Amino acid sequence: MLKPGRHLVLGNIALAEGALRAGCRFFAGYPITPANEIAHYMSQELPKVGGYYVQMEDELASMAAVIGASWAGAKAMTATSGPGFSLMQENISYAYMTETPCVVVDVQRSGPSTGQATMPSQQDVYQARYGAHGDYEAVALTPWSVQEMFDLTVRAFNLAERLRMPIILLADGMIGHMSEKLVVPEEVEVEERRRPSGRECTPFDTDDPSLVPEMPLFGEGYELLVTGSAHRPSGRRDYTPKYLQRKIWRIREKVLRAEPELRDVVEYELGDAEVAVISYGASARPSYGAVREARSKGLKAGMLRLRTLWPFPEEVVSKLAEAVKSIIVVEMNMGKVVREVERVVCGRCEVSLVSKVGGVLPTVGEVYDAIRRAVR
Amino acid sequence: MSVKPLSYYRERYIRFQPSPFCPGCGNGIILNCFVRAVDELGIPQKQILCVSGIGCSAWIPSPNFRGDTLHTTHGRAIAFATGAKVYNPDLYTVVFTGDGDGAGIGGNHLIHAARRNIDITVILVNNLSYAMTGGQIAPTTLHGLRTTTSPYGNPEHPFDLVKLVAAAGATYVARWTTYHVVELTRSIEEALQHRGFSFIEVLSQCPTQQRRLFGFRDPMRRLPSRILEMFAESTYIRGRPQRESYLYALPRGEPDEALKAVEDALKGLEASARLVDHISYGRVVRVDSEDLEAVSERLSHLSAVERLVDALEGKIELGVFVREHRPEFTESLRMLIERAGGMR
Repeated sequence: MLKPGRHLVLGNIALAEGALRAGCRFFAGYPITPANEIAHYMSQELPKVGGYYVQMEDELASMAAVIGASWAGAKAMTATSGPGFSLMQENISYAYMTETPCVVVDVQRSGPSTGQATMPSQQDVYQARYGAHGDYEAVALTPWSVQEMFDLTVRAFNLAERLRMPIILLADGMIGHMSEKLVVPEEVEVEERRRPSGRECTPFDTDDPSLVPEMPLFGEGYELLVTGSAHRPSGRRDYTPKYLQRKIWRIREKVLRAEPELRDVVEYELGDAEVAVISYGASARPSYGAVREARSKGLKAGMLRLRTLWPFPEEVVSKLAEAVKSIIVVEMNMGKVVREVERVVCGRCEVSLVSKVGGVLPTVGEVYDAIRRAVR
Repeated sequence: MSVKPLSYYRERYIRFQPSPFCPGCGNGIILNCFVRAVDELGIPQKQILCVSGIGCSAWIPSPNFRGDTLHTTHGRAIAFATGAKVYNPDLYTVVFTGDGDGAGIGGNHLIHAARRNIDITVILVNNLSYAMTGGQIAPTTLHGLRTTTSPYGNPEHPFDLVKLVAAAGATYVARWTTYHVVELTRSIEEALQHRGFSFIEVLSQCPTQQRRLFGFRDPMRRLPSRILEMFAESTYIRGRPQRESYLYALPRGEPDEALKAVEDALKGLEASARLVDHISYGRVVRVDSEDLEAVSERLSHLSAVERLVDALEGKIELGVFVREHRPEFTESLRMLIERAGGMR
């Protein structure tokens, strides 16, 4: 592990370091570019802290092993990219259903399909939200720097434990493969799993206002019934509509109730802004450059950067729609988050898109031009 | 093996009654053998984790077995079990899977777990079809058999799972049927105690789907025993002395007519003939005699008989095929932690 202090490291290494600091002691994965350095680092560092690195036969198995380890008591993670993320979706759905805490990293690369394996994109933002089958509410975090690869990974593990669910860390090949300053703090705040104290426990429902039940583990004598089929609060398989209705309501509602603490946005110069750029992850970097450029030219531009992409920060964007004349969404896909923005804005201000695909970042100039057009 | 009343096992190990299985299903037999093995070894129930995938086999432990159960996605049980076993190696981790679940959609996980030699016991229930979903072709369905997706006969060939898993590196490999309950129970005991990847294929009866598979027209209540008898007829146990003083006459037309023709042809010889079910040949005439040469001579030109088949031809071999030792995966992981200085 890295010593506390300043380091110059790759984004993927910062992410893996964050995982270790957050208490990750089990990693299962399958090689894929551009996420490989995470596996390299975990295979090197996990044994030193008594943890386990397992290279599985594919991403289906990786996700499965992570869930199995989590129920055995591990803070567990897997890391992949678009194609592997697709393969994981079935078991991610299983993790929502069984309320299994774990962290799934998608270092997004350029698709569709094999696409440009070494080049970044933000094309999986809907896959992170809607990729798994069934009804659920997803949580996805989007780091924009090497430091945030570390910080948001720690946060992802803590949220996984707090909400008892998979948390998606949506990085991209740009941030993953970029070297930048990382400050490793002396200590990070780590949340531990809430486990039942007595012999009695209801693993799949609770009266607690958080709607997050305590989680018993295998081997403790609870005679657990964990199943991806519809089940009673005890875990016993039961297809009576009321049980699944309550389940779906609860696994969504527990996230919605936590939305205020999940909400994580950074505002730049929005005070008097007439034009707001909304962006996240790597594409927020040139967006930020463009906003500074615009300000230096006297244009009233600002930026809203999303660090939690899902659940979508509706309240924040809604307020923004009242305050500005125009919103420009910048993303490395053909326009995905822009739809969320349009839905929330609902015609109250202009919404436009700066979109870039083909494995390259939007440039400062492209975003700046969009700002200038919007101001006019 | 100690003998205890069924109620003892039921109260101690079974969570819910009745079971969800069709009448006459082999799954109850397998669950019975499993809990007897666990009881015989005295393994604390809280140390047992049963993992299963999708299909009828998955319901053997979940929710029936009173212990930790993880009922997972289709084909992935072994991969889930790998994660749990690695993180908590004290768990006796047992995977219940089927032929479709374990050898079809989950075949990759099966061979890779065998290759790693991870200390997991896999009990693969082979009913020769996808039974829960309506009796479709499975990777174990015999060539030519009729299923709901091979109405004109199966054009594919089945896996020999014992050979497959042995070749992949499993260190304990066995095959039994639901007819061989004592052997199966002993084998499960052995597998649970084995340090490494242990695999037991259990050929099991499914009256619901095998009725079509084998073209049986009896009423349902007759089927379980008929299929079990067929398992006994069509298998032999490796290493055990075999009775070979019999052969099969495969009928050209109706089995009843073939039997009559065979009986007529054998008149005056010390021989008995009867109709039996054979998994490879269907309804055939079995002839028992100390003088098989004379029997062959009389039957070989009968128009009602298509051909004669030796006692062991086309039979399925049962028994323990592999029993060896090499470094086990979770032990190797622990050694690696020690080497890296991470021992807690």
